[in-house]
Amino acid sequence: MDILRFATAGSVDDGKSTLIGRLLFDSKAIFEDQLEAVERTSRDRGTEYTDLSLLTDGLRAEREQGITIDVAYRYFATPKRKFIIADTPGHIQYTRNMVTGASTADLAIILIDARKGVLEQSRRHAFLTTLLRVPHLVLAVNKMDLVDYSEERFEEIREEFTQFASKLNASDLTFIPISALHGDNVVSRSESMPWYQGPSLLHHLEHVHIASDRNLVDVRFPVQYVIRPHKTEFHDYRGYAGQVAGGVLKPGDDVMHLPSGLTTKIASIDTFDGPVTEAFAPMSVTLRLEDDIDISRGDMICRPNNQPQVAQEIEAMICWMADTTKLTPRTKLTIKHTTRTARALVKDLHYRLDVNTLHRDETATSLSLNEIGRVSLRITQPLFVDDYARNRQTGGFILIDEATNGTVGAGMIL
Amino acid sequence: MLQHDYTTSQLDVLEAEAIHIMREVAAEFERPCLLFSGGKDSIVMLRIAEKAFWPAPIPFPLMHVDTGHNFPEVIDYRDRRSAELGARLVVASVQDSIDAGRVVEETGRRASRNRLQTTTLLDAIEEHEFDAVFGGARRDEEKARAKERVFSFRDDFGQWDPKNQRPELWNLYNAKIRKGEHIRVFPLSNWTELDVWDYIRREGIEIPSIYFAHTRRVFERDGMLLPDADVVQRGDDEPLFESMVRYRTVGDMTCTGAVSSSAATVDEIIAEIAATRITERGATRADDRASEAAMEDRKKEGYF
Repeated sequence: MDILRFATAGSVDDGKSTLIGRLLFDSKAIFEDQLEAVERTSRDRGTEYTDLSLLTDGLRAEREQGITIDVAYRYFATPKRKFIIADTPGHIQYTRNMVTGASTADLAIILIDARKGVLEQSRRHAFLTTLLRVPHLVLAVNKMDLVDYSEERFEEIREEFTQFASKLNASDLTFIPISALHGDNVVSRSESMPWYQGPSLLHHLEHVHIASDRNLVDVRFPVQYVIRPHKTEFHDYRGYAGQVAGGVLKPGDDVMHLPSGLTTKIASIDTFDGPVTEAFAPMSVTLRLEDDIDISRGDMICRPNNQPQVAQEIEAMICWMADTTKLTPRTKLTIKHTTRTARALVKDLHYRLDVNTLHRDETATSLSLNEIGRVSLRITQPLFVDDYARNRQTGGFILIDEATNGTVGAGMIL
Repeated sequence: MLQHDYTTSQLDVLEAEAIHIMREVAAEFERPCLLFSGGKDSIVMLRIAEKAFWPAPIPFPLMHVDTGHNFPEVIDYRDRRSAELGARLVVASVQDSIDAGRVVEETGRRASRNRLQTTTLLDAIEEHEFDAVFGGARRDEEKARAKERVFSFRDDFGQWDPKNQRPELWNLYNAKIRKGEHIRVFPLSNWTELDVWDYIRREGIEIPSIYFAHTRRVFERDGMLLPDADVVQRGDDEPLFESMVRYRTVGDMTCTGAVSSSAATVDEIIAEIAATRITERGATRADDRASEAAMEDRKKEGYF
């Protein structure tokens, strides 16, 4: 059994909480005491129906205000897969939370109200999920019961969205007509929509192929920690621990160390449970190399004929996440990229992107909270980078405010 | 573990993620420690720490906040397991905090040292200058925890501000803090109760005997079965009886309920949990029943 991480985007009005509630309930991930608590609260507030959004809104402020503020993580499993849901708020003022949830997602579900069609918000969600390179996108056209389960309406929406998505280079796009409230096409195929021949949402989540989404081509091993036991038994042991970020590593492979450019071979790939014959993402392993090279945290191990870029000047899309400060040219920040931390200087802000219209404002002089733009950064020491589109691990980075220590930006290398 | 289509099983993915988190902490902090209570989640966390740094020993001490109300079987296990690993165990005692006048013991039948632990924990973190503290909390346990980051920032009062959390993207964790602040780190954030048990089974890890069904003298309060013990105050209207029970969570004897069970092996426990319709905290924890936001409120103060 493997894991599928998916993000859901949408507002309460789109029926997002109802959909999550149904997936959890039908897969028996909601327990009786949780349901009783929700029923009790719904009753106390005079709500006519059991408000399933109370299950996902975890903070007091969220329950009081009836909104989702932050990303909540939910878990359920079927006999086929384990699922991790990053339940993200859909509203524009929570763009950073959606970006956060999408950063680790294999798949994103965007909910569309069948009556309202493709709204500005749906386009924004689609843009953000493609910006974050979520490999699979599902357009769940919800509330089909309120449009008489009309095939024509569904096709209209599909047409409109497909046209928009062609501008985004969205990869794998799936449209599913559902009614979260009545359960149509959520867990099992709906009898009310015989014209729809595709899978139910859950069936799609269970079967979508994600193993090949990882980069299995470019060997990337950011050195995280050097293991030296200082024990008689392992006297000369020197292992480089890390989580594989790309490619497949095997003992005997020729590898190159960056920044030195020195080459050697993998002597063995160690784990507590014994040596392994190959390692690939997302495995955490320890490499031993045949030659003694000075290697420390923040270095990169790759193949001699397939190296990342060694860059001190990078171009990236940035989502700015700070409440009070702005990103402007000359801003100095701490950058964390794989296991390497350095300082970065914003050299240039090329444009700010309107996340609703995708219009590029080249006159912009700053990025504020939730704004996205293209910048040039100068880094105090070389980073070993790939395009984010090619590898999310070696193409993504975070920016940290040096005064507050807060995480203020997420970057995707172009 | 490996298949030719390069899929990775759920437990391997969760384990790899937790190992990565532990190594980040060891690399970026000066003085981490791992909270080890002898409960199942901290047992799994300890096994992951053993794996993350092998063949080197675990590069940080373990800490237990001992309320003095713990189950003796669990304390035995705690001491045995830390000795086995050659790990340094720091025991922070709630009784010491009471004796020093840092906290005042609750009185009455429902008195519990649960809330007092927070002061003891924060004092110990300050005393030992720990800058990162591993906890075994999982997001599936409770809805306030569902929102918490893997690296969860605590200010110099040890407080959690749920409305002002650092965004956490990809597997990039922000370890920057000032002196006096610390980070709570939760490597098992994405594990469920069932994952923990599946892992215990797969790894063949020993666990304290109270997790398995045994005969115990108990009494009933608020639908929970509390143990017959000196530290648990029992009223005359709460008669003792013998029952076949096991513990689903391990906390203080005063506020941890047993569940009726005949599960005598890890396999039987897994079968039982897979079929249960009540959450572990709902079934067994008086401390979470106080209000809908009981956990959020305690966490803000600096609780585990």
